Amino acid sequence: MATKDDSKQARMLAHEGRDYPLNTLHEMHDMMLFIRRFEEKAGQLYGLKKIGGFCHLCNGQEAVCVGMQHASRPTDYVLTSYRDHGHVLARGSDPVAVMAELLGRSGGLVKGKGGSMHMFDIERNFLGGNGIVGEQVPIGLGVGFSSWYREDGRVTLCIMGDGGINQGGVYESFNMAALWKLPIVFVIENNQYAMGTSLDRASAETHLFKRGISFKIPGMQIDGMDVLAVEKHMSEAIEHARSGQGPILVEAITYRYRGHSMSDPATYRTREEVDEWRTGRDPIARLENLMIENGLATEDEFKQKDREIKKRINAIAKEAEAQPEPDPAELWTDVYASPINDAYPYPGRVD
Amino acid sequence: MNKITYREALNQAMCEEMERDANVFLMGEEVAEYNGAYKVSQGMLDRFGPKRVIDTPITELGFAGLGVGAAMTGLRPIIEFMTWNFAILAMDQIVNAAAKMLYMSGGMYKVPMVFRGPGGAAARVAAQHSQSLENWMANVPGLKVVMPSCAADAKGLLKSAIRDDDPVVFIENEILYGEVGDVPAGEYTIPLGKADIKRSGTDITLVAHSRMTGFALQAAEELAKQGISAEVLDPRTIRPLDERTILQSVAKTNHCVIIEEGWRFAGIGAEISARIMEKGFDDLDAPVLRVTGKDVPMAYAANLERMTLPSVAEIVEAARACLGRA
Repeated sequence: MATKDDSKQARMLAHEGRDYPLNTLHEMHDMMLFIRRFEEKAGQLYGLKKIGGFCHLCNGQEAVCVGMQHASRPTDYVLTSYRDHGHVLARGSDPVAVMAELLGRSGGLVKGKGGSMHMFDIERNFLGGNGIVGEQVPIGLGVGFSSWYREDGRVTLCIMGDGGINQGGVYESFNMAALWKLPIVFVIENNQYAMGTSLDRASAETHLFKRGISFKIPGMQIDGMDVLAVEKHMSEAIEHARSGQGPILVEAITYRYRGHSMSDPATYRTREEVDEWRTGRDPIARLENLMIENGLATEDEFKQKDREIKKRINAIAKEAEAQPEPDPAELWTDVYASPINDAYPYPGRVD
Repeated sequence: MNKITYREALNQAMCEEMERDANVFLMGEEVAEYNGAYKVSQGMLDRFGPKRVIDTPITELGFAGLGVGAAMTGLRPIIEFMTWNFAILAMDQIVNAAAKMLYMSGGMYKVPMVFRGPGGAAARVAAQHSQSLENWMANVPGLKVVMPSCAADAKGLLKSAIRDDDPVVFIENEILYGEVGDVPAGEYTIPLGKADIKRSGTDITLVAHSRMTGFALQAAEELAKQGISAEVLDPRTIRPLDERTILQSVAKTNHCVIIEEGWRFAGIGAEISARIMEKGFDDLDAPVLRVTGKDVPMAYAANLERMTLPSVAEIVEAARACLGRA
């Protein structure tokens, strides 16, 4: 349990055997709150039809995004599914570029070509944003393979959901990752529902952390609504992978407050169930309470922060919305690495 | 010139490129200890060791995806499918990941890799092991599709494919693996997207790729005996397609027959003939004709298999029909 540090000067929180400096706690808190407000803004803009297509929000799952990033290094690789806004923001990508991408603008993170589901940031070793359920797992296998091949000491964080875990390619990847002892942490964000299908309607074994057993991949189940637990256990898992012991599987128990995507009214679950998670286990409120209880922050401080973050988000949305749509010439770029001039397809030319 | 088999030419291409670039590795089923299901990777494990020549479990989707991830992070994988029939299991990684990654990442992530293995019909292996998928692959922007018809092209094109910064679908042919051809001595590459005139002629253009190029050359021989001068053109790369060379040939001969082993519906011949109609209509003295595999799954029985595939006689007949001499 949390205990208050005797020396107020140290401004540290000792929690479950780990010491967290105050600024780290604030960073975690602020990023979680930032993601929450960012997603709310995205939901609003979707309602106004300014964001189109599929838009999968991660409200409720912020602790997984943030705890994981605090446990990893900037040189480590991250890839995930289409529910990617929170992860890419936690990774440190420019929020204006992320918002501009949602809006399909020229300054979008991937130039307006990917949208909500396809966030990439090569500067931050963030490899998508992959839209086909489970598709990122074989790709993540290859990213981990690269590190093994080059012995670069990096770890790959390969994230999937409780839906993705049932895809065949996941088990093909588990097998090879274990066979060759690749430095990969497979993370399952178990938010209880694969679109509208609850875990127990889709999975014969609902303890998803056991899904690696027949590949000799150790697994652990963690509280994905507690950012400090995520940070602690992800640190252990990343250390395991980095030390050459091979892959490891982490199942983070979490919950999404919103529907699967913006078009989902989520009638497959009760309001009581959603409220129970939102009010009882919310990762942001939980960290706030812990900090307040330990005299490390006050409620007013958090209220003030929330006002500032909302203001920042409004400014980000405004800046992103002010950008033009992509230049029409962008239609023909990035199909091939170099333009093809002497043979069909001719870039940009339609006769 | 050296006389070597198509199989040895592919082996030389991979070995030379692996010597040249430490980021190149070969991965697939039976490529290492077994020396390749078709012996294309003979001796490569001994030469490059188990880190660069890697046997996989039977798990096409998984190791195709491994190649994509490895390529995105700077390696140059050669992913061997024992045959392209099995690549159907890996289609999500080829089409949804490899082909689209550069575009959907706004130009951030290149996928420099080769998916290779034999396609088309082998001998007497029935429906699931005998088919041509190049039209599926060539339909996808972001992929390049290469299909060599002889040893020299196999070597030069595979070297270019390995050096290319885009995902390349490299479809070999099992029947051709043992065919001996003249291969230039020493270092050479053949650029992707360049067709080759395999035989010059003036009366009719026969466009054919992979194993059908040999069939077209035999047909041209037969047509010569009948006083018809046929030009045989091998696109070598299906995408990007060297439309220019095809149109130039048709402008000279004013007649064209396209031969392919695969099914007729929306096949490579359909695409090429549409191109000729769109851009070379005034050069044509007769409709373009197609000789294709029959529109049925491949049967096992020898006679049915023979009937399913295009034959030299059918090509000769189509050429004569096109020229109004049927």
